[in-house]
Amino acid sequence: MMQDIKKWAFGSLWLFILTIPFLGIINALYFLVSLIVLAILWFIYKPFEQNILDVQSKLLQLPMPSIRWSLYFVIAILVLILPFISDQYITNVATSAITYIVLALGLNIVVGFAGLLDLGYVAFYAVGAYSYALLSTKAGLSFWAVLPLSAIMAAIFGIILGFPTLRLRGDYLAIVTLGFGEMIRITLNNWDSVTGGPNGILNIKGPATLGLSFSQPHHYYYLIIIIGIFTIFAVNRLNNSRIGRAWVAIREDEIAAEAMGINIVKMKLLAFALGASFAGIAGGFFASKMKFVSPESFTFFESVIILCMVVLGGMGSIPGVILGAVVLIILPESLRGFQNYRMIIFGAAMVLIMLFRPQGFIGGVRRRLELHPEDEKILKQETESLYDVKQK
Amino acid sequence: MGGGGALLKIDNIHTSYGVIEALKGVSLKVKEGEIACLLGANGAGKSTTLLTICGVNKPTKGQITFFSRTINGLPPHEIVEEGISLVPEGRRVFPMLTVYENLRMGAFVRRDKMGIEEDLESIYKNFPILKERKNQMAGTLSGGEQQMLAIARALISRPRLLLLDEPSLGLAPIMVEKIFKIIKDINKSGATILLVEQNAALALEIADYGYVMETGKIAMEDKAEKLLKNKKIKEIYLGG
Repeated sequence: MMQDIKKWAFGSLWLFILTIPFLGIINALYFLVSLIVLAILWFIYKPFEQNILDVQSKLLQLPMPSIRWSLYFVIAILVLILPFISDQYITNVATSAITYIVLALGLNIVVGFAGLLDLGYVAFYAVGAYSYALLSTKAGLSFWAVLPLSAIMAAIFGIILGFPTLRLRGDYLAIVTLGFGEMIRITLNNWDSVTGGPNGILNIKGPATLGLSFSQPHHYYYLIIIIGIFTIFAVNRLNNSRIGRAWVAIREDEIAAEAMGINIVKMKLLAFALGASFAGIAGGFFASKMKFVSPESFTFFESVIILCMVVLGGMGSIPGVILGAVVLIILPESLRGFQNYRMIIFGAAMVLIMLFRPQGFIGGVRRRLELHPEDEKILKQETESLYDVKQK
Repeated sequence: MGGGGALLKIDNIHTSYGVIEALKGVSLKVKEGEIACLLGANGAGKSTTLLTICGVNKPTKGQITFFSRTINGLPPHEIVEEGISLVPEGRRVFPMLTVYENLRMGAFVRRDKMGIEEDLESIYKNFPILKERKNQMAGTLSGGEQQMLAIARALISRPRLLLLDEPSLGLAPIMVEKIFKIIKDINKSGATILLVEQNAALALEIADYGYVMETGKIAMEDKAEKLLKNKKIKEIYLGG
């Protein structure tokens, strides 16, 4: 309790001081007041947290699958009829949200499952988009032929990044991946003869099938839903497979994983390649929808946002990452009314989420099982009593 | 012991970390069915020897044969598949995974699901505490329990040779005794063991044969009971 008050006090004060230069003292004070209101709401919520967590964990592992499935069913229906019950704007936002779900789930393979911090993930998104753009405009191939090729190209780049970084971990890996991401963007920006430089590539053809050429937002919406479902299915299967277990072992302890007979080199490269291929698919889709690609779409900021989706949602948890992506796309959109302040509020929201739910919205199962002080006490007593018995 | 020839034979291996040569020509043999122990002070090269056998470190010179097959130069995962399993120094269980998941991870190289389940049962029988805690995260176990888990995790891959790196490290004396009894039992049930230890007295008590390492070389070797009586060994490693 005391600790939470401290956290709120420090957090609010910090944000208040940070916002003074942007908003001026008066507005910053309003901001502070709103933070205090939020804090009060939090402390009203706090006593019920356990109940809510209980409900949440019950929802996650419902004894009655019928409720869970009907919940999924309702969500599925809502997702499917969305273009008919809303306008084009919302359909477009939803399309972009699902694109980011695909991206975040791909990054989750690398960061969440295998524990390799990748800050240049957007590079693979760019590779996918440019592969699509070039193959479609220059080679004249159709969407369905190019999309898998985009994925393969991205996977190849994933391996290219993976090889030199096999021995790196943590901070060092982060720096190298960050550099890789920038390298790709700068190359795209300067290789005028192929990529068109800062002007990008124009007039990319969209997909067409059975005489229907995709032109309306809801065409793309349904297309990305199919891609999204494929991604969720594939990532889920990977997570529960032998490969998934190998990744977990590498994340937990690389040397022990090696001692278990896990081929570290192969598994790490596989994580990079598979993670990248989903970004490649998302990139291909993005290029076909926008009909235009330029290096501006693939800045470091994109990598950061995708990483935030993974971390905020809950590393390693598939529903968590999906939720993280949805929130991080919808939150800034819904804050458009606040105009210039929206990024500040967005940032503040992220800080608050990390302060109070460090494990993410739906923390990975692993994180939820982490030790609490009470458990440690019990454990200590247990071992002590064990020791006493033996001594006698 | 067991009338067998050498299961593992290391012939004059050299291993370097950068420019520093950690092993300067180590040769040793482990016979089938025996417990061999490798003693020596800190930095003598005991752990490096084990890691070189496992393929984590590559020898610059020399040869390692296992079942008369040359294994030096193979990557670690292939060496595990050959039937050599390592219990690493400091236990290195997967802290955020449950005891059961740790054991399943140990069986990573095996693909016979039925056989794994059977072996799990027999491991639970031999380590009842692990059965009791099978859904608990490994990081919450006590040091001794973690050591048991690390050993069990190595056993479940059905190794022909078990390498143990400092199993007594950081454990309460009573736990050390327990772990050594377990090691002896494992050996009785047919596994060959190469044990690296600082606790020389205890190691020699359960071992058949002993090697003493000093600065990257084998300084002495003999039957364990003879080493126990050796004057020099007594002075240096057994505390007078």
